[in-house]
Amino acid sequence: MVHIIWVGMAAVGIVYAMFNGTIEEVNKVIFESANDAVFLTISLISILVFWLGLMRIAEEAGLLIKLAELFKPIFKRLFPDIPPDHPAMGYILSNFSANIFGLGNAATPLGIKAMNELKKLNNDQDDASRSMITLLALNTSSVTLIPTTIIAIRMQYDSIGPTDIVISTIFATIISTIGAILIDRYFYYRRKGRLEYDTSIE
Amino acid sequence: MILQLSNYIIPFIILFVLLYGTYKRVPTYEKFVEGGKEGVTLAISLLPFLLGMIVSISIFRASGAMDAFVGLLTPLLTIIHVPPDIVPLALTRPISGTASLGIATDIIKTEGPDSYLGKLASTMQGSTDTTLYVLTVYFGAVGIKKMGDALKVGLIADFIGIIASLVICYLMFG
Repeated sequence: MVHIIWVGMAAVGIVYAMFNGTIEEVNKVIFESANDAVFLTISLISILVFWLGLMRIAEEAGLLIKLAELFKPIFKRLFPDIPPDHPAMGYILSNFSANIFGLGNAATPLGIKAMNELKKLNNDQDDASRSMITLLALNTSSVTLIPTTIIAIRMQYDSIGPTDIVISTIFATIISTIGAILIDRYFYYRRKGRLEYDTSIE
Repeated sequence: MILQLSNYIIPFIILFVLLYGTYKRVPTYEKFVEGGKEGVTLAISLLPFLLGMIVSISIFRASGAMDAFVGLLTPLLTIIHVPPDIVPLALTRPISGTASLGIATDIIKTEGPDSYLGKLASTMQGSTDTTLYVLTVYFGAVGIKKMGDALKVGLIADFIGIIASLVICYLMFG
């Protein structure tokens, strides 16, 4: 789908420019913007190095595990199908904590390990279980405390308050996470309702 | 008040992590360098994604096609307080994180990071993750073929995140 948007914007832009008489501007912007992107990436290095370095310290100090413990009671309710001491729960909690710290690279392998465990719990079937969908919903709404990359970009373009958006982002992310959980529940009970209806006919 | 708080969060986290790490006898500086190396790789790996998307949207914008597209949506969107310029970002957000990062960057660059649109784009980019990416990676890695309601749940959650960003930014910065 991203292919369509990417090609679409460039192709529509070029064709539009031919009729609109803006082909010169387009010609210029192709090389300018490519150059911009390189400079932007280089400037991103600063904050990403600093933040990922700091978060490695947090990880080594056991802060991720602490955070996971804090959320455990809530997650027991979110994933009622998982036995409390099953390794899947540990992976899910670590995945969630890593996301909070903005450690996307660390969160992904943990999430995949969690999925693997959930698949075993689901007798190795190739359809998505209830817990898998919940885990996915949590990850797509991604609770993030500090949106590092976007702060770096704001700094690059001389923002007077690069971190002004931290609070608004936290609010938005909390709302989308709560929303994701509620929608997940809604679809679960809808599936369950159908299933009970079907079996009652038989 | 809330803006003040925003400024305190990051220095506080840094202080806390450094002191707690020292208390737990973590070799802080070594670990910092170790983790920092990942930051270099991450930034460099973003380059082709950002470059591709930024060039494409720059063409779209410079040609005048974007203004025409936004102009079509303006009457409808202004009624509900949605700035039309945010539409390309909102549409791309659930599909690709790196692509939408490119678009958010373009908005921040042209409108200014401290403008209303710049703050809205920042919030929107930071608040949700890419459903299609998460779905592909997580389910692909363990071989789940029947996704059930996962795609629907993810996309609706993204939609809520986008609406939430709009409302919150309108209340905080509008």
